[in-house]
This record gives sequence, structure tokens and C-alpha cells, in this order.
Amino acid sequence: MNLSFFDQFASPCLLGIPLILLSLLFPTLLLPALDKRWLPNRLSALQLWLLNQITKQLMMPLDKKGHKWAMILTSLMILLLTTNLLGLLPYTFTPTTQLSMNMALAFPLWLATLLTGLRTQPSATLGHLLPEGTPTPLIPALILIETTSLLIRPLALGVRLTANLTAGHLLIQLISTATLALLPLMPTVSILTSSILLLLTILELAVAMIQAYVFVLLLSLYLQENI
Amino acid sequence: GLLSKQHLMDVRLRELPAWLATCDFSPQGLLGGVQRAWISYYNKYINVKRGGPAGISMLLASYCLLSYGWNYQHIKGQRWRKYH
Repeated sequence: MNLSFFDQFASPCLLGIPLILLSLLFPTLLLPALDKRWLPNRLSALQLWLLNQITKQLMMPLDKKGHKWAMILTSLMILLLTTNLLGLLPYTFTPTTQLSMNMALAFPLWLATLLTGLRTQPSATLGHLLPEGTPTPLIPALILIETTSLLIRPLALGVRLTANLTAGHLLIQLISTATLALLPLMPTVSILTSSILLLLTILELAVAMIQAYVFVLLLSLYLQENI
Repeated sequence: GLLSKQHLMDVRLRELPAWLATCDFSPQGLLGGVQRAWISYYNKYINVKRGGPAGISMLLASYCLLSYGWNYQHIKGQRWRKYH
């Protein structure tokens, strides 16, 4: 029974301060505040470009009322991107592997989109529970199904992010353990395993970025339906 | 008077205790010291016209080291473990 493989997800404490605090505060150092200049330095220029691309991509399908959500969605995107990518460095802690944190991000934002819809256009929001053109006998069943799918959205959002990152980190740890264990016994197999590890790391980099994007994209889609 | 105005890098080794006595160790003082240290690092390595990856890489490396130090008590148990 290998308890130690899951120990990487337990937040260690030093002097009573958990590492999760450091991993949540560290990204702020990497995002410098803007000076009064237009192009302050290369880091800021790159980040401004990235922020522009993200904002354009997210806000294009939304109408003017949805643009009020621009700041929260882009800051959420930046948070998820930085925490996911920083978690791939050795010995660092990824706060987004904790289901509590992802549910705390997903649930209030989903609820906000739902309540916005129920307040501004209640009949249209309830009308989403029945797709157009369904045959009449199927209507009760379909309403139940659509309601379930609506209520399960925050759970899906949170668990998707958690599961993807946790699985990736576990795989990296397992394969690196295998590589190190095989090194004295069968060096050629160890080299093969290390090439798998390299490919997996590239995959994890991609997954870190994609999962952040998917989270925010789905939220913006839920917003589009309801605003 | 003159000693407190010098930066840490300009203080001679034998003057170090005297310089430390002039420091402000209250919470605001420490916070101000941390802020000045960060701003001087930022302006020296990152806030330059043609910066490279060096500034950010040093920051990330120090983050890795700090995380290692934070985890040390837990990692110490892994040294002599037979099956990981």
C-alpha cells in the first residue's frame, strides 16, 4: 500500500504556515504592476499581449452586458494558468490539485451566472431546460435530464480541473520512480522510460494550460446562456 | 548616523553588528525592508529594456528552493525508504 504517492498533494506546514499560502501568493510576484510607461519591460509587454489575447478570445461571443465579467474571468484565467504551470516545477505545491479550492472557484461563479439569468431573464433561463423541437412524450424526462445537467455543472467544473492535474502529477511521479528504479537494473529500459517521462512532461504543460482555458471558457459559455 | 544610511552591500564586516543595531525590526520596518529588497531586485533584473529569461528564472529557482525547504521534514523520511 503506497501511501507516499499521494503525499505530494498534502499541503506541508512550516512553522504553522501551510505551503498553499506561498503557492497562491507567489504568482503575484511574476505579474509586475504596470508603470506609467506604455512598454515598461519585456516581461510586462509579453504579459500584456497575453492578457489582450485572452480577453479578446473570451469576450468576443459575449455582448456588452457580459463585458462586466471581463475582469473576473481574465484574472481567474491568469490565476489558473500560473498556479498550474508553477506546479510543474520540482518540489512545488499545486493548489489546484485540491478539490476544495476548485469547488470554491467553480461553485460561486456558476451560481452567479445562474442567478444573473434567473434575475434578468427568468423565462428564458428556465426555457433552456427544454431544447427546441423535442417530441412531446419526451418532455418530462428531458426536463429532468436538463435540470440534472444544470445542477451538476459546478461539480463537473471543479472535479475536471482537480482530476486532470492530480492524474498528471501522479503519472509523472510514478514514471520517474520507475525510471530511477530501473536505472541500475536495465539501463536501456530506463532510457525508454525517461523518454516517456519527457513526452509526459510536455503533455502536462499542455494540460495545465488547456485546463485553465477550459474552466474559464465553460464559465463564459454558462454566462452567455444566462446574460 | 552615517552608518544607517549605507546599504547592506556597502557595510564592512566589522561594522555589521553596529549596522544591525540601527535597523528597524518592527513589522512595518521588516515589511518595508522586504519591499525595498524586492523593488531593487525587480529594477535590476526584470524592469530593464532588454531583459532576458535570467530575471524570472532566478525567481523560479528560488521558489523551487523555498518549496524544498518547506517540504524538507517530509522529504527527509524518503531517504532510506526501500519502496517508494
